Amino acid sequence: MGENKKLIEINNLKKYFPIKKGILNKTTSLVKAVDSVSFTINKGETLGLVGESGCGKTTCGRTIIKLYEPTDGQIIYDGVDIAKLSNKEMVPYRKKMQMIFQDPYASLDSRMTVGDIVGEAIDIHKLMSGKERSERIHYLLERVGLNSEHANRYPHEFSGGQRQRIGIARALAVQPEFIICDEPISALDVSIQAQVVNMLEDLQSDFGLTYLFIAHDLSMVKHISNKVGVMYLGVMMEVAESNELYTHPMHPYTQALLSAIPVPDPKITRGKKRIVLEGEIPSPIDPPPGCRFKGRCKFAKPICSEITPELKDIGSGHFVACHLY
Amino acid sequence: MEKLLQVNDLKTSFFTHVGEVKAVRGVSFYLDKGEALGIVGESGSGKSITMMSIMKLLSDNGKIINGDIYFEGKNLVKADEGEMEKIRGNDISMIFQDPMTSLNPVLKIGDQITEPIIKHKNMNKAEAYKRAAHMLSLVGIPSPEDRMKQYPHEFSGGMRQRVMIAMALSCDPKLLIADEPTTALDVTIQAQILELMKELREKINTSIILITHDLGVVADVCSRINVMYGGLLVETANTDDLFYDSRHPYTWGLLGSVPNPNTLIRERLKPIEGQPPDLLNPPKGCPFAPRCEYTMKICMTDRPPMFEIGENHKAACWLNHKDAPKVSSPFKRGDK
Repeated sequence: MGENKKLIEINNLKKYFPIKKGILNKTTSLVKAVDSVSFTINKGETLGLVGESGCGKTTCGRTIIKLYEPTDGQIIYDGVDIAKLSNKEMVPYRKKMQMIFQDPYASLDSRMTVGDIVGEAIDIHKLMSGKERSERIHYLLERVGLNSEHANRYPHEFSGGQRQRIGIARALAVQPEFIICDEPISALDVSIQAQVVNMLEDLQSDFGLTYLFIAHDLSMVKHISNKVGVMYLGVMMEVAESNELYTHPMHPYTQALLSAIPVPDPKITRGKKRIVLEGEIPSPIDPPPGCRFKGRCKFAKPICSEITPELKDIGSGHFVACHLY
Repeated sequence: MEKLLQVNDLKTSFFTHVGEVKAVRGVSFYLDKGEALGIVGESGSGKSITMMSIMKLLSDNGKIINGDIYFEGKNLVKADEGEMEKIRGNDISMIFQDPMTSLNPVLKIGDQITEPIIKHKNMNKAEAYKRAAHMLSLVGIPSPEDRMKQYPHEFSGGMRQRVMIAMALSCDPKLLIADEPTTALDVTIQAQILELMKELREKINTSIILITHDLGVVADVCSRINVMYGGLLVETANTDDLFYDSRHPYTWGLLGSVPNPNTLIRERLKPIEGQPPDLLNPPKGCPFAPRCEYTMKICMTDRPPMFEIGENHKAACWLNHKDAPKVSSPFKRGDK
């Protein structure tokens, strides 16, 4: 870590899903799942992406890895804009970018052995075969804290934490540089979460990995990330270095979100003033102009309904999209 | 204070084709009137099964094999189904983790809320409707009369959980059991629901048992906490004592597994290595011994009793025996 070389640069990334109706299949409205998101991740570092469900953080991750075709914007990977590349041109990049999924029960094929699950990407990219391949699989399984004998077993024989380890071994199989972790620990028990987080940190320092860590557990995100981005209704509200964000949140939404974290320390919890947000996230279908948060924001002014605030630097890499600043 | 609930040496097992799964293996605790008790533990620790035993809502292969459950002096273990039906929803209600699967998708919200009111409160339909609307506004649902004509899918997750709470509280229960009520919700919605539960406890003096794995949630809502592991109660204490003066290595492990909120330094987490015990063949001694870093010879052979530590504070760990080596919590938190 420490070398400040950008690996990922996202500029104004957009992903709209059309809603089609009628026999002519006419697009009647757009779900703006990701609407103009920008951030950068340095090599070997972790960017945490937080927000409530439905804010577009998972769609954002999937668009970056091009599981969804981006509607607009740039995805600059190591100097190359991959947003417009064809599927064929994407192949070398697919090897460099991998993903770990939330649900360790649904993301593993129950009819494949663990060895084949981990080895599938090796086969697709024709990296190794025969003895070399099986040695690599055994090495990966041991690296994530499982045994090489586990290669012949099936996913149902494993607990949730062990399955997530298999998912991580699968992601590591093609020696990626960049891993998107989409809620990798939210389905696990507290003590197992800590095991997996520690392992992700070890792997990062051993292999120089870069992470995009998507989660709604704000205290875990703070723990693992160098930088944190806060999303709301498809828009990036605030991005800052992680300690800076947690000690000096600027956006009213970030302030409310942070104040809602239950702190495992009774004295702090009792002394804490909680900003309880009224209402719920509005629909992302054809959102009105202006700031997306204005309906729940107690500082909302007339300008908030007219002009969409831009994400601007308010000093030392702290970006906020709010008319207050 | 008077004890509302007293559970003595409860044992519950499930008889499966592979053998007897001893899910709860001798649990005793009590609950005072108007108190909020937290129960924490990982999946498989027996916390939900203990509550299901109190409600007598075990599946067909589950059976209470030992112990007494006194609710207002009445032993629920000996109560028959007819008596339990009068108690459930009326004296004790329960809310579950997943508000979607606990609501009937083909019935209107209004019909679902009025059902227990009509049944337990002997009200007619119009009165029950009025009461249901009142309950919905109490839990913060705007324009309740209109919302009662809607179906569960028209409600968001947080709103559904509010409906569940309104339904659970509609017959003025003396005890509300909440099983991971906020686990499926976002933090901002979780904050709303927790504030609501605290407010309701102050307003209508309902006793609450809150089951969760989130230590932050119990620190906020509960005054006393039970920690369960491997079907046993391993530590019970007032909230402050549990966080600042815990005497069980498993509790230390739980506290060390979550990031310390007070620090800006990136400290490494201290996970509990290994896996929880298999309750088909539970270990003979302390269930935590195989994962514990302080294991002694006796831990493998004899189950530790509940050692008295202080007022309301007990811990089932041999380290609290007078002859045991002195070990203090490796876990430092806050300003105590």
